[in-house]
Amino acid sequence: MMQMTGAELIVRLLERQGIETVAGVPGGAILPFYDALSHSEKIHHVLARHEQGAGFMAQGMARVSGRPEVCLASSGPGATNLVTAIADAKLDSIPLVAITGQVPLAMIGTDAFQEVDTYGMTIPITKHNYLVRDANELLDVVPAAFRLAMSGRPGPVLIDVPKDVQNQRIEFEDYPAPVVPAPLPAPDLAAIEQAAQMINDAAQPVLYLGGGVIASGASHLAVTLAEQAGLPTTMTLMALGAMPVDHPLSIGMLGMHGARYTNYVLEEADLLVCIGARFDDRAIGKAAQFCPKAKIVHVDIDPSELDKIKTAHVGIHGDVSQVLEALLPQVHVKLREDWLAQVDSLRSRFPLATPNIDNPRSHYGLVQAVADALDDEAVITTDVGQHQMWVAQAYPFRRPRQWLTSGGLGTMGFGLPAAIGAALAEPTRTVVCFSGDGSLKMNIQEMATAAEEELNVKIVLMNNNALGLVYQQQNLFYGKRTMASNYKRATDFLKVAEGFGLETVDLDTADDPAATLAAALKRPGPCLIHCTIDREEFVYPMVPPGGANSEMIG
Amino acid sequence: MSIVIDRPQASRIKVVLELEVNNHAGVMSHICGLFARRAFNVEGILCMPLADATRSRIWLLVFEDQRLEQMIKQVEKLEDVLSLQRHGAEHAVFERLEEFFR
Repeated sequence: MMQMTGAELIVRLLERQGIETVAGVPGGAILPFYDALSHSEKIHHVLARHEQGAGFMAQGMARVSGRPEVCLASSGPGATNLVTAIADAKLDSIPLVAITGQVPLAMIGTDAFQEVDTYGMTIPITKHNYLVRDANELLDVVPAAFRLAMSGRPGPVLIDVPKDVQNQRIEFEDYPAPVVPAPLPAPDLAAIEQAAQMINDAAQPVLYLGGGVIASGASHLAVTLAEQAGLPTTMTLMALGAMPVDHPLSIGMLGMHGARYTNYVLEEADLLVCIGARFDDRAIGKAAQFCPKAKIVHVDIDPSELDKIKTAHVGIHGDVSQVLEALLPQVHVKLREDWLAQVDSLRSRFPLATPNIDNPRSHYGLVQAVADALDDEAVITTDVGQHQMWVAQAYPFRRPRQWLTSGGLGTMGFGLPAAIGAALAEPTRTVVCFSGDGSLKMNIQEMATAAEEELNVKIVLMNNNALGLVYQQQNLFYGKRTMASNYKRATDFLKVAEGFGLETVDLDTADDPAATLAAALKRPGPCLIHCTIDREEFVYPMVPPGGANSEMIG
Repeated sequence: MSIVIDRPQASRIKVVLELEVNNHAGVMSHICGLFARRAFNVEGILCMPLADATRSRIWLLVFEDQRLEQMIKQVEKLEDVLSLQRHGAEHAVFERLEEFFR
């Protein structure tokens, strides 16, 4: 018989699940858990400076490793601060287990100090959630939370544990076994055969890859499919890296800020093979006018994604890797010379314009200079806004899990803590966080965490002293009435970073900015690399919100 | 725009959904929240534990509209929903209750 408290049991179960690093912020209602954690020799706790930072650190770890990672917060404001990071994980299908403290059972519903209905609040933003009413339940709930987070379409699971449940002593026979993902759905072989037939019969097919390809570890299979069937291949924001961007069949990212030729190729497609993507509005524009000539094959692990936005001619519910493995032997080798020549012609007539790419002090030039100084082993994170789109357009992504960005929720403040998480999970890699001055301020306190953990995180700050994408939209669509998008006072980010204990480099004053940048990226440890960017530089092309992808401006 | 975003013409055709769910506090919240945040009106709800008390049966009365298929898929994804069956409006469960609502 084993005897321990609920808190000790959670710690043992995390250890047994292979968790080595957790990020969190302690507080009254989760102190029994922290007390138990202090005795763990296997788990390293990273003290975030804000719970949202802890949530994104766990996400950063999960996005590079592909397995569920853990964040911790206390009750009340601790839990509410975690909400954004959980919602972000839900929209990008990132496996995450959030553990929150709660006021003691008897005080629930009394408006106790730091009481909030964490369970109720997180229902719509989790795959599933638990309010644990007895420590014995933890024997089932903790493994179930991990199993759910990693099975099928990954996502966040929350476990809310009242303080007295953490302190409750229980006896039990043995630990539950560490969990593995639930069995995958059996692939629908008839539908796969039909899909193969459609690919073989198509004249102008396009492969459309989403984040599900990365989540399923199917990048190599997707590239094989493209090569075997001669499929020009577009990637969503979440799928960048699935196919190397310089692969001859890659047509880059589609959608609101995709290159013109990419969206034009999609206009011409007679078959769209959608693998692990979900027809998000930023990717497809006006749904009714997306790929107007194309039949659709749609593969997704989540059956509710099939026919949600676009009705598929063949919808296949299944794991992307398994479906591709069954599909490949039935797909004929095709060169598709005519179609690929047409794609090349569109590419050369309507390429992505990257003005000033040779100047490291311009937006595209800075992205290029960072890429030139690094190899494909580096991890790139971003915040949200213009800099995110410039990096998505111009950085040469060549491997899955090289690129971490907040896609679905579009959370400013994601980049720095996600970079910290990536560096914690894979300390041998250089991790670069591209950010903007608006985004960086949203979780700037995590500079302290990066410094404390001495992580190899480089923040590349594109500073235009504005909420650039808002400023851009107001200029383009709101009669140039630029309200609340320009900061009236500039922040001295170099001083702020220095105050938090980071190295700093200012490209504005550097004699040789490319060399200064490369040297800063090679020096170990956290560093802020600052560069002023012209506020009048906009992200182009752009599909106006609500417009069709064929209606790009710029 | 998309099927989901368009406000569909709600038809007056009624559909009865029969759900078998795990019986614990919070299940109703998961299910009702799913409908509420999509502004999908639930006309009637019945819930009682089954004989072994670990499971409950929930009956939902809804109006058919073009979002219903997506709603059903979302309900089936909930961890605590064990099964879902769809019935026509002729199902007796709500009809026989009507005398309590006069």
